[in-house]
Amino acid sequence: MAKSKALYGLDLDADRLRTMYYYMVLSRELDKRIWILNRQGKSAFVISGQGQEGVQVASALALNPATDWLAPYYRDMAMVMAFGMTPREVMLGQLGRALDPSSGGRQMPSHFGHHEKHILTGSSPVATQVVHAVGLAWSMKLKHEAGVVLTSLGEGSTNQGEFHEALNFAAVHRVPVIVLVENNGYAISVPQHREMAIQDVAIRAQGYGIPGVVVRGSDPLEVYQVIYEARRRAIAGDGPTLVEAKTHRYTAHSSDDDDRSYRSREQLEEEKRDDAVVRFREWLEQEKLWDREAEDTLKKRVKQEVDDATDYAEAAELPDAGTVYDHVYGSSPA
Amino acid sequence: MSDNGLTPEIMLDMYYHMVLARAVDDRMWILNRQGRAPVVYTSNGHEAAQVGSAFALNRGEDWICPYYRDLALVLAYGMTPREIMLHLLGRAEDPNSGGRQMPAHWGHAKLHILTGGSVVATQDVHAAGLALASKVLKDGRVSVAYFGEGSTSQGEFHEALNFAAVHKLPVIFFNENNGYAISVPSRKQMAVQDVAARAAGYGMPGVIVDGNDPVKVYEVVKEAADRARRGEGPTLIEAKTYRFVPHSSDDDDRAYRSREEVAEAKKRDPIAMFEARLKEAGILTDEKVKEIQKEIKDIVNDATDYAEKAALPDPATLGDHVYGSL
Amino acid sequence: MIPKAGQTTMAVLSYLEAIRETLRQEMQRDSRIIIYGEDVGVRGGVFRVTEGLQKEFGEDRVIDSPLAEAAIVGTAIGAAVNGLRPVPEIQFADFIFPAINQIVQEAARIRYRSNGTFHVPLVIRAPFGGGVHGALYHSQSVEAFFAHVPGLKVVIPATPYDAKGLLASAIQDEDPVLYFEHKAAYRSLKGEVPDERYLIPIGQADVKRQGKDISIITYGLMVSYALKAAEELEKEGISAEVLDLRSMRPLDVEAILETAKKTGKVLIVHEDNLTGGIGGEVSALISEHALFYLDAPIMRLAGPDVPAMPYSAPLEHAFMVTPEKIRDKARELAKF
Repeated sequence: MAKSKALYGLDLDADRLRTMYYYMVLSRELDKRIWILNRQGKSAFVISGQGQEGVQVASALALNPATDWLAPYYRDMAMVMAFGMTPREVMLGQLGRALDPSSGGRQMPSHFGHHEKHILTGSSPVATQVVHAVGLAWSMKLKHEAGVVLTSLGEGSTNQGEFHEALNFAAVHRVPVIVLVENNGYAISVPQHREMAIQDVAIRAQGYGIPGVVVRGSDPLEVYQVIYEARRRAIAGDGPTLVEAKTHRYTAHSSDDDDRSYRSREQLEEEKRDDAVVRFREWLEQEKLWDREAEDTLKKRVKQEVDDATDYAEAAELPDAGTVYDHVYGSSPA
Repeated sequence: MSDNGLTPEIMLDMYYHMVLARAVDDRMWILNRQGRAPVVYTSNGHEAAQVGSAFALNRGEDWICPYYRDLALVLAYGMTPREIMLHLLGRAEDPNSGGRQMPAHWGHAKLHILTGGSVVATQDVHAAGLALASKVLKDGRVSVAYFGEGSTSQGEFHEALNFAAVHKLPVIFFNENNGYAISVPSRKQMAVQDVAARAAGYGMPGVIVDGNDPVKVYEVVKEAADRARRGEGPTLIEAKTYRFVPHSSDDDDRAYRSREEVAEAKKRDPIAMFEARLKEAGILTDEKVKEIQKEIKDIVNDATDYAEKAALPDPATLGDHVYGSL
Repeated sequence: MIPKAGQTTMAVLSYLEAIRETLRQEMQRDSRIIIYGEDVGVRGGVFRVTEGLQKEFGEDRVIDSPLAEAAIVGTAIGAAVNGLRPVPEIQFADFIFPAINQIVQEAARIRYRSNGTFHVPLVIRAPFGGGVHGALYHSQSVEAFFAHVPGLKVVIPATPYDAKGLLASAIQDEDPVLYFEHKAAYRSLKGEVPDERYLIPIGQADVKRQGKDISIITYGLMVSYALKAAEELEKEGISAEVLDLRSMRPLDVEAILETAKKTGKVLIVHEDNLTGGIGGEVSALISEHALFYLDAPIMRLAGPDVPAMPYSAPLEHAFMVTPEKIRDKARELAKF
């Protein structure tokens, strides 16, 4: 874990550090609840971010939700919550309720989007959001707005043509965008060495003439520093940064997947020893910012929030079938 | 000269093909200005890169996937001036497409020149696919994709290189970097100086070569082909060169580059430089140059006459070759 | 050529198993066939269609590809030209769009643009269709986009039996074939499938049920839905014929006209969006060639004109064509 003195000047005080931990725990617990709902037959589909909370929360907190935007991907539940989406909102999407702010129950769960909270709607084909993020950030530059866009994706998605097109474009036009690769080592079942012939995705930055940074995803402070610096560069007009966070996926790809066919249990156990949630709590304790009592209080609070989100969403109404035709078009001027 | 296996005869043959390509190219522009050919895409300036690379391959056996700039390449690979002119004039006998495609959309099954479309970088993935088959079939073939630097901004460039690197395919990605994507200079195309820098992102070698020197190009392509045949995977080669004329007969390059810049570039005309070098080495004489020029003039005249007299496609064949059989 | 029940050994297979067994049988027959796509190797595909094939045929013939659809199709084109018979898989039909340039402007045109000197025998398999909470990007019907394109062939099997015969034909075909598999049919549809190899010609429709009052023309999962509807209608005294198109391109014009002329009342059903769907083309053919045989306007029942299928159950149900909706529409037609 980064030394605490490295935090000077990064707007991270003790409260902020505890907030960081809170979002990581909240996301982990909400994610677990969603799996339970799935096993109970109450939620058709789960796609999980467990293992990636450290990267996601630290990244979101290094941004300014008032000026910046996210263009996330389907594993980013912790990120969108740290950026302002509530557990209730996440759960409404998970259960396909009418009030779901992401899509009103139209999209699969974890297809986050929230206009007011500066979260761009995304789809399922991977890497499409990277081009959108570049366009959004480019427009900020053209309009002289002091903001950045952070877009995230898995390492497998960096093989898509759109990733390449987006980074090249962003580099040429010095677009204020941060491209965050959450490298968990697997594109569903395909391990990284079958996806690409390189060790680090970050090396691809060389081909675009931009900085490429590798960061340890289980070290939220290091992630925070890197994103903070990338944001500073972007706002200063120095263009995009490619950040690769080495992280883990502790679950199967989704509730329709079984990762035992392609990943040994030993390997998974090994990966679990590098859990950001645990490592960060230990660091907080070491820094005397956290203790058993604080942990108990937090766990209670989080459980209450997860229960509340679940109850709220379960009681919320499903969309009316009559709305199936809504929002195909806006209205055309007469 | 270096120990690269290039005999004086082979170098003379290279020279011949470069001059031939320039002459065919010049004639195509004349036919266009006379209203006899609707559009021309040129290889003028790229001859060394194209001919040098062709000579490094097992011509007719290895696959090439050219782009519209590659007149000199396909000539060096075995396409005849008559076939080029049949294609330019959209004749029925055109082996590239029977008059279906625009000029410079090369393709010749017998010569192992893969047919290409107009959308740039599509051929990069095809070359990787040809090489995938070679790897599976163990046929010893190498495939080469040719493309401009502008097309390296396309997603398919990225997908092709990544795919080829992961599977260590016997393929060469040969970039002819002339500094312009039609009118857009490469600094507006990419934020890197060299296309070759992109190779690092795929885990393959990226090699820069003087594209105006056919011998150097020959050497790097030979090395990349040997590497591919040894099962060591793909190579990205960037040949730095220049296009001396507009992108096509519908373009006017005065809008985007100065005459001084073009004049400066022409001081490194690959044909003139190679000619001087061969003369210096005693391989070529003024007399021999004249002889070659005379021979080529006859060949170009013959090709023009032949194609102009050749039959146009029968409109009844419009529906041919949509499917093999139904 | 086509074995019938009782003439050969049979097994009861699911739609998915029929596809897998055909891939296996074809790969055993022809060493030029390779399979690749996202997760098709170790994982055996996200739906397990290719399960076990990498183990049996090796990593050179069943290949996990990088996540890049344009490359999957584009390299298949190159491999086909160089003598292989690639059968790439697009993980979901919805993910085919990054590859549309390679399919429409390359694969479909290569024979034509080279004046017949090149061609690309390849089969692109992709699961399509909804009703499985797949939402906007895991539910689409994409067949109409491709059926519009000369140079492509588009087939959709409706039964395990057809799945086998059509896939074998597609692999044997010298032109690019899109082979769409309905994901809701994978495990729900079962049927007898002969062990031996057989071909169902591409472009040949099949009367799945004889009838005399109305004709239901459809394909894919909707065939079994139409058959369910027909049983209900029978109880009401309405005799419905069900024609399974099987091939969206080329269409079996003869079979379409024959059933239209026979009953004089035609209902066309598809899950794909109504406007610009296959139904419009079928309807136009009947209007052009069999107008005076009709006793009622041609009717269509299709997915509504919204961009794709929503996730939440009430919205998904509102989109999805069901046996009940087919029955009601057919009744309306019969009473016309």
